[in-house]
Amino acid sequence: MSDFILETKNLTKEFKGFAAVTDVNLRVRRGYIHALIGPNGAGKTTVFNLLTKFHTPTSGTISFNGVDITRERAADIALRGVVRSFQISAVFPHLTPLENVRVALQRKLGTAYHFWKPASTLHRLNDRAMELLDAVGLSDAAGVPTVELSYGRKRALEIATTLALEPELILLDEPTQGMGAEDVGRITALVKRVSTGRTILMVEHNLKVVSTLAGRVTVLQRGAILAEGSYDEVSGDPRVMEAYMGSAHA
Amino acid sequence: MNRYIWLILFALGLAAPFAVYPVFLMKLLCFGLFACTFNLLLGYAGLLSFGHAAFFGGAAYVTGYLVKNSGLTPELGVLAGTLCAGILGFVFGSLAIRRQGIYFAMITLALAQIVYFVALKAPFTGGEDGLQDIPRGMLFGVIDLGKVYAVGGKSLELNLYYFVFAVFCLGFWLICRTINSPFGQVLKAIRENEPRAVSLGYRVERFKLMAFVISAALAGTAGATKALVFQLASLTDANWHTSGEVVLMTLLGGLGTILGPLVGAFTVVTLHSELSSAGSWVTVIIGFTFVVCVLLFRRGVVGELARLLKKSL
Ligand SMILES: Nc1ncnc2c1ncn2[C@@H]1O[C@H](COP(=O)(O)OP(=O)(O)O)[C@@H](O)[C@H]1O
Ligand SMILES: [Mg+2]
Repeated sequence: MSDFILETKNLTKEFKGFAAVTDVNLRVRRGYIHALIGPNGAGKTTVFNLLTKFHTPTSGTISFNGVDITRERAADIALRGVVRSFQISAVFPHLTPLENVRVALQRKLGTAYHFWKPASTLHRLNDRAMELLDAVGLSDAAGVPTVELSYGRKRALEIATTLALEPELILLDEPTQGMGAEDVGRITALVKRVSTGRTILMVEHNLKVVSTLAGRVTVLQRGAILAEGSYDEVSGDPRVMEAYMGSAHA
Repeated sequence: MNRYIWLILFALGLAAPFAVYPVFLMKLLCFGLFACTFNLLLGYAGLLSFGHAAFFGGAAYVTGYLVKNSGLTPELGVLAGTLCAGILGFVFGSLAIRRQGIYFAMITLALAQIVYFVALKAPFTGGEDGLQDIPRGMLFGVIDLGKVYAVGGKSLELNLYYFVFAVFCLGFWLICRTINSPFGQVLKAIRENEPRAVSLGYRVERFKLMAFVISAALAGTAGATKALVFQLASLTDANWHTSGEVVLMTLLGGLGTILGPLVGAFTVVTLHSELSSAGSWVTVIIGFTFVVCVLLFRRGVVGELARLLKKSL
């Protein structure tokens, strides 16, 4: 198998003539935490939307594990083992955390369409769901309405739900955005922990988080790749300093 | 919800025809079931159908025609109506499901208007008069649904009532089950956060379509049953007023609650019959009731009650 779990070739997306992403050749190495950074509006979320087929690329190709997935449906991408999170937290607010995780787990049972079976047939997933909640420090909140959780805990729940699918590649869109320092530390540690045996591609604004986690960094600017390398290489690059770091450190 | 409440409601349903005019009760049950099917769709799948009368009315015509002209027994007639409504639902759903919000509602409305037009113009629907004198027939070929019992000076259509009550219970149970099933769980997830459900690998269109077909089929059950009760399938059943009325019933009682649509349907049907002497003022009074209720109880009557009791009803 190739070293690269995910590869894009000349990935391009135009919104009514406006090029949000231009000729992006991204290669994500298996087993790495790869960070995608860049100023606001650079096209990072759009790249995520393209990779997970929430948007159709205007041109270019995407391959996952050597298979061309450019034409696949968003839902099927997940079945291949690519699961994304969203920039705004993506939980099911009126289900409990336990139910949130079970929604992800229940697909394996093959009963997702069974409207004649009682929901109690899902209870056999509870043990696994509790394990996952435990892994992100949420076992004490398993039964409370998810809306009542703090923002940081919602993001942790999102990660538990994602892990329930045992994805090979996880895409995280700004997992620490809008969090206090304590939560940032907690989520950073969590991402680090769940990265064993998986590949993670993450958009992240917090450069401290990037430097702690990312083995590889790609800098995006105005829809195109500006630089790529280790954190130290990238942060030493004068173009990057000018385009991004400069303003961030100011 | 508490098992005892269900038992009490069930017992009430069994005893009701001895206290209240059975035809009126049967009307309540038919519209109650109809509202529940609409609630399944809007309350649990987040889909606003503005054409549900097409399934209700369409099935009434199909059942009426088959029972009257092909001599189908009533239970097979209702089954046929249900099936046809389900197929119609599949067609409607397939065409509308990819659209969101108001566009979805508009497409369902437009398609329902086609069904209405067919009901008006087709040679076998009786045009303006509708299908009249639909026989109630022999249930399973043995039980006479038209039979009238004289009890305490009143004449009661008990056979028909218990048939309708059984159909209602079955339909209502199936809706409750659908809501509380593995499928219902995914449906709720889709309603809560559709992109997230997609990213977890669920093809949401299929789930929505299936919910739509279940809802349409059971709306058909309600319409088919109503055709037997009133021995009539009329344009009113397929009219967009009926589509609108079911929206009103559901919102009045409480969207996304199990009992809300029943309460809403019972209220609206009762108002209609109590105020029938008021002529066209009925519409105004019901409209006014609706506005007041929505302003006072944003979640509907049952929705607010559930919030007060901190229970799901
Ligand atoms: N659905 C869309 N339609 C039109 N323009 C869009 C759409 N999504 C993103 N864009 C535009 O594409 C550019 C990149 O946005 P985005 O990918 O969200 O940036 P980032 O995540 O890097 O902040 C922005 O200028 C944004 O306005
Ligand atoms: Mg973004």
